[in-house]
Amino acid sequence: MTRLLDIRNLTLRFTGKRTVHALNNVSLAMEQGETLALLGESGSGKSVTLKALLGLLPPKRTQIEGQMTVNGIDVLSLSGRALQKYRGGEVSMVFQEPALALDPVYTIGHQIAESVMRHKGVSRAEAMSTALDMLDRVRIPSANRRLHNYPHELSGGMRQRVMIALALACRPRLLLADEPTTALDATVQIQILLLLRELQKEFGMGVIFVTHDIGVAVEISERVAVMYAGQIVEEGTTREIIKEARHPYTQGLLAANLHDVARGARLNAIPGAPPSLEVKPDACSFAPRCPLAHADCLKGLPPMVHPAPRRRVACVCAERMAAE
Amino acid sequence: MSVTESFAQTPDKGGPAQPLVIVRDLQKHFPIRGGILGRTTAHVQAVDGVSFSVRKGETLGIVGESGCGKSTTARLLIGLIEKDKGEIIFDGQALGESLSLRDLRRDVQMVFQDSYASLNPRLTILDSVAFGARVQGLDEPEDRARSLMARVGLDPDRFAHRYPHELSGGQRQRVNIARALAMSPRLVVLDEAVSALDKSVEAQVLNLLTDLRREYGLTYIFISHDLNVVRYISDRILVMYLGEVVEVAPVDSIWQQQAHPYTRSLFSAMPSMDPDNRTKVPPLAGDPPNPINPPSGCRFHTRCRYAEAVCKSAAPRLGALPGAPDHLTACHLHDAASGHSRAGMGIPA
Amino acid sequence: MALAESGPLAGAGAQKPQGYWAGVGARLLRDPVAMICAAVLLALILSAVFAPWLGLADPYKGSMIARLKPLGTDGYPLGTDEQGRDMLARLIYGGRLTLFIGLMPVVLAFFIGSALGIVAGYVGGMVNTVIMRVVDVFFAFPSVLLAIAISGALGAGIVNSLVSLTIVFIPPITRVAEAVTSGVRGLDYIDAARATGASAWTVIRVHVIGNVLSPIFVYATSLTSVCMILAAGLSFLGIGVRPPEPEWGLMLNTLRSAIYVNPWLAALPGVMIFLTSLCLNLLSDGLRSAMNVRD
Repeated sequence: MTRLLDIRNLTLRFTGKRTVHALNNVSLAMEQGETLALLGESGSGKSVTLKALLGLLPPKRTQIEGQMTVNGIDVLSLSGRALQKYRGGEVSMVFQEPALALDPVYTIGHQIAESVMRHKGVSRAEAMSTALDMLDRVRIPSANRRLHNYPHELSGGMRQRVMIALALACRPRLLLADEPTTALDATVQIQILLLLRELQKEFGMGVIFVTHDIGVAVEISERVAVMYAGQIVEEGTTREIIKEARHPYTQGLLAANLHDVARGARLNAIPGAPPSLEVKPDACSFAPRCPLAHADCLKGLPPMVHPAPRRRVACVCAERMAAE
Repeated sequence: MSVTESFAQTPDKGGPAQPLVIVRDLQKHFPIRGGILGRTTAHVQAVDGVSFSVRKGETLGIVGESGCGKSTTARLLIGLIEKDKGEIIFDGQALGESLSLRDLRRDVQMVFQDSYASLNPRLTILDSVAFGARVQGLDEPEDRARSLMARVGLDPDRFAHRYPHELSGGQRQRVNIARALAMSPRLVVLDEAVSALDKSVEAQVLNLLTDLRREYGLTYIFISHDLNVVRYISDRILVMYLGEVVEVAPVDSIWQQQAHPYTRSLFSAMPSMDPDNRTKVPPLAGDPPNPINPPSGCRFHTRCRYAEAVCKSAAPRLGALPGAPDHLTACHLHDAASGHSRAGMGIPA
Repeated sequence: MALAESGPLAGAGAQKPQGYWAGVGARLLRDPVAMICAAVLLALILSAVFAPWLGLADPYKGSMIARLKPLGTDGYPLGTDEQGRDMLARLIYGGRLTLFIGLMPVVLAFFIGSALGIVAGYVGGMVNTVIMRVVDVFFAFPSVLLAIAISGALGAGIVNSLVSLTIVFIPPITRVAEAVTSGVRGLDYIDAARATGASAWTVIRVHVIGNVLSPIFVYATSLTSVCMILAAGLSFLGIGVRPPEPEWGLMLNTLRSAIYVNPWLAALPGVMIFLTSLCLNLLSDGLRSAMNVRD
């Protein structure tokens, strides 16, 4: 079976008034049916990676190098009809703000059916029955009635369910989820996370879930890739990342989650702020904020250490630890 | 340093035992207007009969989901919106009686969630921080502003003449904190003040807030949807649901035992952080109801798994748990005289 | 360890302080289209102001034998009008009146309309309802019709057209000012300022005006071209400036019979109106993008 996702040395630069080196040599692989959380803070490049995978970035201002294949399809070579067929058919996306991603002037049934008709070429009646089936699958109560609702008639959690139904209607092999629960209340967030987990099993698709919240990553994914300054600094199974994080940045993020911190105790905060990425990094990007940094860290890009199969850390210290 | 001095001068009128803030039966309904004539067609019951008190020097955390009225409560407390009913008593003086709004505003300040929207884009950082001191006619507003900027970790020589859009989110939130402190307040209301920040920056700002509280003897009301953050910074936690208080308790007490079914659901909705033991069943179904027409009786009864007829008909009163006078909750399960089949027995284990 | 000690705010270098308007000016200077338009407008205004010292012919002195001379005639570089008056002189002198009644109403309406709109937007409630409903009444009439009606009622003349045009432009400016102000009114920094105990006037002065004036200003500059055309229209209809005053709209009117005899000559006042309003529009576009601080 072909690999679901294979990104090799993806480098992406936005040009224009200011140059931003948004992604620097990102490589990432996923097998069929895996769930991966892309964990990082704002500006770390996690959303850009998703947009690149969907070919959503403005071509005039974006320079891309490297390779991206999804199910053997070379994403960067797609254009026109092929790209349309790929988006929504092979890969689809769930956004953070369903209120903005759904069209306010059409009923939700119409929107889902439209997408099914476009990709599968079926009749409207057939598409409508698929839409109804999808609303059922995302556990929307009295789906029959909801089919004819407009997005503004639904609550935030319901809208996100509709968004998911829309994304899954054409049975994509890969679902991209861009912080789909960040705008939701806690009790609704957990419902959506569990729903996504069930649907992932049911449909057997792969999921890339972008989030800044480690807790959410734990709930949803088997594997985690941590991004910082447009690079993947650590990757492993969720258990490996939570229980034995090796990169100082990942360790800092775990500490900042405040899950097990004594009340009022001084927090071990990572000082400073992420770099602006106006120049291409030629050393470890995290070194200026790193408690373990020493002279070697500024000499060149950190080595990629592989302590276990499908596990990697981009850090000089991890290399030393592995050697000991 | 001049700033520290002026903090020390703030008078403590009621003595240490007098709570800094007492709120009694606070109510705010926002009218919804419709039709051509703009008649009131309904009310959003944003805050409905909320009572609590904040002791001097403590941090009260307020948690709840969207529409629970936590931000409205904050805005009522600093007098940005007018209350319909109820009392706000600040250090023994009732607002509107012995205490004017202008005096209240000198003592109570707020830090907002959106660090960009809460700074005037056309003012330099220095002017923003110094504005309040100038308005209140305090001495040397610029020097105050500069020393406060330094205190919150922004070098005044480098940042004084910058504009908000040139700063990062964390830096802007430091500016907002400095601006609030420039008024030498006694109470600072932090409305989701760290929620929009990246996790690593959030930790820095939390450290800063902890230091400032100790240094200036501040009292905080800390509003957030993130239970971990609230637990870290607060002494007591107040849980709101659809405009009402459902539970108030010291942090350790509520962490051990969530007395109200809603509080319990809110806590179980937290991601588990344990990959071997992930959440299996969502604690609640559906979204919170609309505060325009909240359910009758106990407002949580539509989503509560222990709801009975009495929950629909009678609103529970806030009362202490047996053996824990600090731990209050509004639930028929804990009220022996409520008529619930499990009255006085609490949530089944 | 030493690396982490550069402080939480390293990475942000010191920068020379620069005022907001200095920044707008600098960005505007880098916009070639806006600069060309500004130069053209400046030339028009300067030549109008200094017309008496430019050594031009008398714009009022006609000649029965030199009527409707074409462009490029000896002694009359832009020809003569239907009464034999020098076109070049009349166009330049005409600029004085045309620009005055084209710009002045917008300037007046800008001040009055902004004040009304800011008050309506900031105070809200009944005050807003009263101001905005009155504005709506004016909106019910097309602006041309309104200008004609008011001018007609007041009678022809420069002052009256000034008054009528000012009244025409107050409602749209008020509406824009109100919309922008109520947007700003909802932002947290206004709440933060109110929470310091500042009076409404202080909040408006320090926090509202600076943030609403530039969009209103840009909108008003875009109205100047409309105003010039309306003013010219009023004169054209005979209820604005009266002959023999040189004014572009009026000249367009009196020359219209010559359009079959000497079309280029007859079009000249129109070209001037077109050129001025085009430049004003492009300049206000440039201003709008220059005032956008965020990128």
